[in-house]
Amino acid sequence: MSKQHYDHIRNNVKFNDLISQRTRLSWTLAVMILIVYYSFILVIAFSPALFGIPVSDGGIVTWGIVIGLGVILFTFIITGIYVYRANTIFDKLLVDVVDASQVHVDSLVENQGDK
Amino acid sequence: MTMLTDINVTAVVMFLIFISATLAITYWASKRTQTASQYYAAGGKITGFQNGLAIAGDYMSAASFLGISALVFASGFDGLIYSIGFLVGWPIILFLIAERLRNLGKYTFADVVSYRLQQRPIRLLAACGSLAVILLYLIAQMVGAGKLVQILFGLPYEVAVVLVGILMVIYVSVGGMLATTWVQIIKAFLLLFGATLLAFLVLYNLDFSINNMFSQAVDIHEKGLAIMAPGTLVSDPISAISLGLALMFGTAGLPHILMRFFTVPDAKQARRSVFYATGFIGYFYILTFVIGFGAIVFISNNPEFMNETGALLGGNNMSAVHLSKALGGDILLGFISAVAFATILAVVSGLTLAGAAAFSHDLYANCIKGGKADERKEVMVSRLATVGLGVAAILLGILFEQQNIAFMVGLAFAIAASANFPVLFFSMFWEKTSTRGVIVGGWIGLITAVTLVILGPIVWVDIFGNEEAIFPYKYPALFSMSAGMICIYVVSLLDKSQNAISERAAFSDQFVRSMTGVGANLSK
Repeated sequence: MSKQHYDHIRNNVKFNDLISQRTRLSWTLAVMILIVYYSFILVIAFSPALFGIPVSDGGIVTWGIVIGLGVILFTFIITGIYVYRANTIFDKLLVDVVDASQVHVDSLVENQGDK
Repeated sequence: MTMLTDINVTAVVMFLIFISATLAITYWASKRTQTASQYYAAGGKITGFQNGLAIAGDYMSAASFLGISALVFASGFDGLIYSIGFLVGWPIILFLIAERLRNLGKYTFADVVSYRLQQRPIRLLAACGSLAVILLYLIAQMVGAGKLVQILFGLPYEVAVVLVGILMVIYVSVGGMLATTWVQIIKAFLLLFGATLLAFLVLYNLDFSINNMFSQAVDIHEKGLAIMAPGTLVSDPISAISLGLALMFGTAGLPHILMRFFTVPDAKQARRSVFYATGFIGYFYILTFVIGFGAIVFISNNPEFMNETGALLGGNNMSAVHLSKALGGDILLGFISAVAFATILAVVSGLTLAGAAAFSHDLYANCIKGGKADERKEVMVSRLATVGLGVAAILLGILFEQQNIAFMVGLAFAIAASANFPVLFFSMFWEKTSTRGVIVGGWIGLITAVTLVILGPIVWVDIFGNEEAIFPYKYPALFSMSAGMICIYVVSLLDKSQNAISERAAFSDQFVRSMTGVGANLSK
């Protein structure tokens, strides 16, 4: 039963387009969070003094604190971007693909009934 | 160890309300928990928002609430390094794991790894990886719970550990995933509310000026301006990268967290849960940062909270609790104490359920009964495993009372990152992954992580009392995770067996299902 769905979906051009778009988005965002987080960690490991510089002359708040809170905010925002894209745009296209395979499998079942 | 104050009426009342409410929920949940799907996954009927809160409740432990605010209290900025490490694993879970996991699995992450691979050896590996992580995490929570309850409520350590053990066994064995989920949701709500209130009071007392907070803290703290910049927490690049890997990929290999994704109906809700969870957890870490700085300002020089030597009563971990007394009197102290206790209960319940599922679903139903176990018997085995885990947690909690347990959560994350995450990742992403590759790589990752922690500075030097560590780094993940992944890759690539050929042929169907969810609901 599922097997016929899988065969049809696998050969659907729309499915392959959709998956390559979604995969590209998820890997791009994953690489972004890795770069942001490891830049943060490597500054701490190699030149922690950079993060001790005040944001404004004579001010108390340092770049470390601003950037640290920025990383927390960034984490939240990129999860938001992915969830929005995947749950609205991509899932709509996915419903079309799955529906098409359902129509296909139903027609197979009917043909078998005719015989 | 003595109590902080006399019996706190608010704490006891709050605590009793929490216990009665959660037991009532457990009774309600027990009426709705008969089938395996209801027991392990709350019937897959939890919404994304509810699951997001429950994940936050599962993940924000008393250790992060009390421990991270204590770290900020002691060294300022360094607390933020840990918070961020614990948070950045969530986008990775969302982008790489969540939807595939939901579409392929039923109750445990072993379902996913063994989807097209051989059931018995894979399930045995995944169950051992799960149980190792869960037991280490559980012992750390039990010891922390015992000490905390001892200080807050004046109960003897053993009584506190037994009480936590009994309550968690009742929630999990009687109410299954539904009760566990609601205990976690209530706890997440209480903890977020309590922490918000504390942070608000800190800012209120400083005229809502962040600058004011930081400059007063710098004036008061003995390290002065150093608390505004990275200190000594992470010193060399190898340790920094290794700790980062353990936190980031360890989160994506925690069995009790992965199990939460099977409680939602589809991939859409699974993604949504991560979004809400990331928001709640990130917000919570910002609060702990404010609370830690608030503690520097309001309790550092207050003799009420110091012992004769000038150290904080009950240790630095009590800084958030003392702060609640300083800013809100006995009522807030009672409330925050009760919240800390609720926090512990919710976390140990999630761990126990995941451990019981590893026993009953992976070992009993699939390894021993070859996937043909009677569903009612499987749930019965799971309830019994819960009691067994509860007894083990109580005994180990008492046994480890005087031990240095600081390494345990770190080791749990290292094993999760070195064994659980690589096998899950390769089985979902790489067509050529074979049973042989996963078995060799998974066991190598697990054994390497454990060995390197034992040979490292914390266990070899601090606990065994040797002069010098054989393995020089505190955090093994960089080495153990690489070892695990390289072995999976190389052994799979060299595997030309008949099994490997048919496993590769099955990848395409698995891939379509993992991307679409087609077939996920038919098999339920």
